[in-house]
Amino acid sequence: MPIIELADITKRYEMGDVTVHALRGVSLDVDAGDFMAIMGASGSGKSTLMNIIGCLDRPTSGQYVLADREVSRLDSDELAEIRNHLIGFVFQSFNLLRRTSALDNVELPLIYADVTARERRRRAQIALERVGLAARLDHHPSQLSGGQQQRVAIARAIVTEPKIIVADEPTGNLDSRTSIEIIALFQELGRSGITVILVTHEPDIAEHASRVVVIKDGSVRSDERRSPVPAVVPPLEESA
Amino acid sequence: MNLVATTKVAIRALLSNKLRSFLTTLGIIVGVGAFIAMVAIGEGAKAQVEEAFKQMGTNLLVVLPGSSQSGGVRGGFGSQPTMTWDDLDAIRTQVPSVRSAAPQLKKSQQLVSEDQNWSTQVIGTTPEFFQIRSWTVVYGQLFGQPELDGGAKVVVLGQTVVEKLFGKRANPVGQAVRINNVPFTVVGVLVRKGQSPFGQDYDDTAIIPASTFAAKIQGGLSKFLSGEILVSTASSDSTARAQQQISDLLRQRHRLAAGVKDDFKIGNLADIANARQDSSKALTILLASIAAVSLLVGGIGIMNIMIVSVGERTREIGVRMAVGAKSRHILAQFLVEALTLSVMGGLLGVALGLLVAQRISIRFGWPTLVRPDIIAISVGFSAAIGIVFGLYPARKASRLNPIDALRYE
Repeated sequence: MPIIELADITKRYEMGDVTVHALRGVSLDVDAGDFMAIMGASGSGKSTLMNIIGCLDRPTSGQYVLADREVSRLDSDELAEIRNHLIGFVFQSFNLLRRTSALDNVELPLIYADVTARERRRRAQIALERVGLAARLDHHPSQLSGGQQQRVAIARAIVTEPKIIVADEPTGNLDSRTSIEIIALFQELGRSGITVILVTHEPDIAEHASRVVVIKDGSVRSDERRSPVPAVVPPLEESA
Repeated sequence: MNLVATTKVAIRALLSNKLRSFLTTLGIIVGVGAFIAMVAIGEGAKAQVEEAFKQMGTNLLVVLPGSSQSGGVRGGFGSQPTMTWDDLDAIRTQVPSVRSAAPQLKKSQQLVSEDQNWSTQVIGTTPEFFQIRSWTVVYGQLFGQPELDGGAKVVVLGQTVVEKLFGKRANPVGQAVRINNVPFTVVGVLVRKGQSPFGQDYDDTAIIPASTFAAKIQGGLSKFLSGEILVSTASSDSTARAQQQISDLLRQRHRLAAGVKDDFKIGNLADIANARQDSSKALTILLASIAAVSLLVGGIGIMNIMIVSVGERTREIGVRMAVGAKSRHILAQFLVEALTLSVMGGLLGVALGLLVAQRISIRFGWPTLVRPDIIAISVGFSAAIGIVFGLYPARKASRLNPIDALRYE
């Protein structure tokens, strides 16, 4: 049961007189609960693909059905709502708000979902417990290690109970041991039914994924399944 | 995302840069402070002027003799005696809307008591004067018709003169003062009246019968009245009518043909009040421009700092958009931040303005009057500045593309 269905997605940018073909017709289905890595050199179009999957950007042509909804033609406010409800982001540089506690950082997406203050606090606490930071609720980013900061960012990504998590080089700023821990956390999220899209250029990180897609020159170069889609199906899915 | 939450976020953002926030609001603080102080002083002065005019006498007209013109040299009004004592009688008896009229002959004279002396304005007049000016005595009595008819050497003194010649709170009734080397008996001391709207001390005066004035102080052409005539009208409504009637009467009596200019001038307190108000208006406009420029500069300061803030927090904006903030959320956030800045500045400005007004009041003895509606207007205006100058940066922030914002270094 695919949660993401991309059909012949293209993306063109006009840079002055030059037209850049960032994506030249990508078709891809991703099953719910899968852990998929997108690999590719810089300039390959993998970031563009990630932005489109993450609903930060719209394709020039093609269809994108996310959780049974066609989202490729939505306006920016509708996309914001999709991101808020269905998608969590994890970035290479964590992108936490400075001078703001871990708890407040995690609450951020819920503010835009009009969740009451008390409920925000409760859910943010649960999310931080889930990433193993129950003891660091009131710490500011500057008081946390890189790995801990990335855990806060992951808690922020999962606090809205999204369908997919888009992680852009999430281990790029971390040492190898911390990277393994973070990847393990993603794998665990996958088992609970969240679809993880991991964008990376590091092969040893990508090899932890169940499926590896390599992008080159705006097209899918290879699409390799390493292990089966994790068996656990989220309870919200009607059909298994 | 409700307003309370947005305001909290804005206040937190501003408090994380306390000094910068304070410096940014300085323009607003100074502008609002200047405005509050200016209005407080202006209103205080206005109230004082109104009070002073009340002190001067109600429904008052002043008839001044005309200007002389000989060989092309023109004097001012009053430089040539053109009015006669008969004119005064005619005004008293022939103009129905006139309640009473009195001459006012003035000369500056040295007054000498037993051991002090003081130069003051000596006024020669008739008993009606006290009624027109609604002036009574604290000690002794006023002079009346018998003293006027008899040319009695009696004087009624103002408080300032008493103070200078006899000391504070003295009662000099019955004592002698010499005016122009003529001994006068003090018969009364006038109630304190304070200052005129033009800063002249009403109480620095000595009042004697007009007949005595003509005989002992300044002899003149007996037929002419070498001073001005004070007229009080029956009611404030009849002042304009009385003015017209007196003018007609005097033109007729002076046999002025149509087209010939008046050889007298009738002053109206309302006109004087208006002139006074015009001059204070000029001052108000000046202060208002200072306040306006400060507020404009303050507004630009806010816009500037908000643009800087949007630049610095581009990534934060990107993150907020990525997790689901719509453009209106970002717009609201920065608008509320600008609004919070300007309203805080406005409130501090009000405090500064009140402080300055109070200091001026104490230091210079000027009365100040602070009206609550002026405070409300100031704060409201600061808020408007915040919105107007915060709009551009906030729109800029809300229109950022989340991808570019996230990538921003």
